[in-house]
Amino acid sequence: MAHKILIVDDEPNIVISLEFLLKKEGFEIAIAGDGDEALAQVAAFNPDLVLLDVMMPKKSGYEVCEILRLDPERAKLLILMLTAKGRDTEVAKGLAIGADAYMTKPFSTKELIAKVKSLLGVA
Amino acid sequence: MLSSWFVALLSAAYFALLFAVARFGDARADSGRSIISANVYALSLAVYCTSWTFFGSVGRATTGGLSFLTTYLGPTLMLLAAGVIIKMIRISKTYRITSIADFIASRYGKSQSLAGLVTVIAVVGVVPYIALQLKAIAASLDVLFAGSGHAEFFWGLDSAFLIVIVLALFTILFGTRHLDATERHEGMVAAIAVESVVKLVAFVAVGLFVTYGIFGGFSDLFAKAAASPELAQLLRPDPARAGNWTALLLLSALAIILLPRQFQIIVVENVDESHYRRAVWLFPLYLLLINLFVLPLAIGGLLDFNGQNVNPDTFVLTLPLAHGANALALLAFMGGLSAATGMIIVETIALSTMVCNDLAMPWLLRSRWLRTVRRQDLSGLLIGIRRAAIALILVLGYIYFRAAGEAYALVSIGLISQAAVAQFAPALFGGMYWKQGTQAGAVAGLSAGFAVWLYTLLLPSFAKSGWIGQEFVERGLFGWSWLQPQALFGLSGLDEITHCLWWSLLANIAAYLVVSLLTRPDAVAASQAERFVDIFRHSRVDADTRLWRGKTSSAALVGLLERFLGAARANQQLAAHAQARGLADWRELPADAAFVHFAEAELAGAIGSASARVMVASVAQEDDLGLEEVLDILDEATQVRAYSRELEMKQQALEAATAELRSANDRLRELDKMKDDFISTVTHELRTPLTSIRALSEMLHEDPEIEAADRTRFLSIIVNEAERLTRLINQILDMAKLESGRAEWATSEFDFGQLAREAMDSLYQLFREKNVALDYDVPEHGPLVLADRDRLMQVMINLLSNAVKFVAGDDGRVVVKVSAADGLARMAVTDNGPGLTAEECSVVFEKFRQGGNTMTDKPQGTGLGLPISRQIVEYFGGNLGVESQPGQGASFFFTVPLLAPEQ
Repeated sequence: MAHKILIVDDEPNIVISLEFLLKKEGFEIAIAGDGDEALAQVAAFNPDLVLLDVMMPKKSGYEVCEILRLDPERAKLLILMLTAKGRDTEVAKGLAIGADAYMTKPFSTKELIAKVKSLLGVA
Repeated sequence: MLSSWFVALLSAAYFALLFAVARFGDARADSGRSIISANVYALSLAVYCTSWTFFGSVGRATTGGLSFLTTYLGPTLMLLAAGVIIKMIRISKTYRITSIADFIASRYGKSQSLAGLVTVIAVVGVVPYIALQLKAIAASLDVLFAGSGHAEFFWGLDSAFLIVIVLALFTILFGTRHLDATERHEGMVAAIAVESVVKLVAFVAVGLFVTYGIFGGFSDLFAKAAASPELAQLLRPDPARAGNWTALLLLSALAIILLPRQFQIIVVENVDESHYRRAVWLFPLYLLLINLFVLPLAIGGLLDFNGQNVNPDTFVLTLPLAHGANALALLAFMGGLSAATGMIIVETIALSTMVCNDLAMPWLLRSRWLRTVRRQDLSGLLIGIRRAAIALILVLGYIYFRAAGEAYALVSIGLISQAAVAQFAPALFGGMYWKQGTQAGAVAGLSAGFAVWLYTLLLPSFAKSGWIGQEFVERGLFGWSWLQPQALFGLSGLDEITHCLWWSLLANIAAYLVVSLLTRPDAVAASQAERFVDIFRHSRVDADTRLWRGKTSSAALVGLLERFLGAARANQQLAAHAQARGLADWRELPADAAFVHFAEAELAGAIGSASARVMVASVAQEDDLGLEEVLDILDEATQVRAYSRELEMKQQALEAATAELRSANDRLRELDKMKDDFISTVTHELRTPLTSIRALSEMLHEDPEIEAADRTRFLSIIVNEAERLTRLINQILDMAKLESGRAEWATSEFDFGQLAREAMDSLYQLFREKNVALDYDVPEHGPLVLADRDRLMQVMINLLSNAVKFVAGDDGRVVVKVSAADGLARMAVTDNGPGLTAEECSVVFEKFRQGGNTMTDKPQGTGLGLPISRQIVEYFGGNLGVESQPGQGASFFFTVPLLAPEQ
């Protein structure tokens, strides 16, 4: 059974590229354009992993991450944060509030796929 | 008629009371529980009010009216100069000053000759004053017994002489109990305070009796006085006597501090500087109370004894007696007695200290006899000398009283005495505030002033008494009329006191100043000048140790102290000194500068500073510091003070600079954070398009088998994002240029309306594509402005493209309006889009803060358009703003100044 991945980003072009990339790897994909939508999709779609952008309208990626981590039922949910802000403090903050991994934009597609697969435990 | 025995008994009882109070005060002082409070101190100051006040002021009021008041206003004014008096007290305590002669001599190099001169002036000036007090007692006894003969001789003895004997005993007992004069005489001060109360109560009682008992109160008295032309005169201040008033005011102001007894009580006997602050108001209050009934008594006496030949000086006694109030008369007698005895006791102690320390000691120290008894304890001898001096002064006073009798020289001695001691003022006050004053200057000033006083006041008073020829008074010395003692250099029309005060103080001050400026002080005088003038600045030990160099032995110093203070007292003082220096045993004290100065100060308390200096010098091998050296050291001290002041100022400047730096640093840090945030934001903005470009191009690169449709779609995204990136970079650079002021401007004169039309034309396509209506209200020609045409075009296009971006397609509508008013050309772009909240209205001009509702669409743009536009408009002195309500559309507008007509 294919792993389910939720892509959360407010940049349509990035969503397009991520969706294409991950679908080609055989993952089941859902999309959210802002923080509120992301929370709704997590509930509806029940993904295994969330690709979470930080700078978004309504709720930032940090807020979404914190809310998700408060829910014990979602303990196994993997969160990979993506951000265009690459400062050390931001990386540290993302990991501190419970993200499983953190990648800065622009990312290498190969590295992203490798990271997603290693998080999901797919060889 | 009163029984002489009864009066004698009562007087004896009164003296017994004084003895008891003094004894109690001394006992308490010995046990360390001083009874000298601020109130006692303030009351003791009233020793100023002698029998001359008690009896005499009524007499003076009967002729001089209100002028008697000057004698009390002067002291009040002087006491208010608290800074001066406190400084005097501080100096005296620090240097163990024993008398006013010691004070002046110590300031001018501990000079024995100066001390002697001051002492001679004081004795000559004041002994007659003591005689006056004896006369007052004798006169009051005369009145009490109304010439029955009882007063004159008592047990075959003169009653005044009996009083002298009792006073001598009292003064010797309580004035010379300890040798050390700065040890103070607390018992005596307490007794004086009691005397002050007695005389006040007595005087007020008589005043009340006359005012309300004989007359019907103040209003009755004054109404009766006003009815009589002669008496009414007394109630009016006399403008013709204004000069006299001024002189009397000055005289009494100086007397309150310069009379030996006043210096003794105010300065030497002061226990605590804070007591003085109480005295500043309490003593004037006392004076007010004791003066309250002076005029009523004077008027009452004149009215009551109308025509009878009654001496007004005796009204205080005769009024009660004439109305049968014998008990009250007795009380009045006791009041007069206390006024006289208080003055005599304190004056005698002060004078005897001066005579002993400043006349007898220098002579003794030079004599061969003293050298032969070098090893002996001299404290007993000193006390003996002082007691002898007390007896001698009292006897001198008595002799003068007997010899002078009713002579003018005695009656007018009050003011004459005050004029004599007024001569101390230049040397004393000058010495406290003027470092250049020298010993020679002080001697010259005092001598000149004293000589003028002798010639213009004392000798004429002798002449009036008939003791010497009147010749020189009427014609001038050697018949030279300009030397007439009471019209010197033709200065006439003044009363004798004013005349004397003017010439004597003029001669005194002039001689003091001129001679001081012409002479240089010796080393000791220079260092004393520094210590006195800067008493509040120097830490004393510091100055002392820096100004003494030499060799001595502890044993020699201890020996000296034991000789003059007596072994017991010397040991007591040594132990206290050792303890203050943190040593358990005074035998461990090193023979250093501090010890030498302690010893000298202790000796100064006993024998005066001049003699103390001679004695210390005899046992210590002092390196003779030359004047230059002392001045160097003092100069160094001054420099150190100057440095420390400078240092303090620099420190303040440094603190201010630090604070400034700190705030600048805070600003920089804030700016740095802003820059950091800006870079972080810029990075974010640049990375976002780059992310799509990279991901998509990697995918295209690695997977050649992507379908053609996807391929085309991805390539078009890549192209768009690359364009966005280019635009962004251009705008960031543009913004940076504008912000740093490095932008280039091509300013020209052009038609603002025309420019708006061009801007609309260039965007026409965009509006049509989105089907947005574009209306406009732009004048045919003008307005003309002077600006950068391309830059303003950039602003207009920015506003128009924002408007079209935010309105809805199809029913969107944008209106452009160009107008001119108040010297400004204005363009407004109004849309019917979603509008902005108040908060959005302000943030929309910040960098990377895009407005608009992102629910629907992410607005395309860099977030730099409006900030750039604002920079441009503000550069030309215009304004860019927005008016909007949510849901009501927005109106962005900007202004630029119109081309001025003359251009």
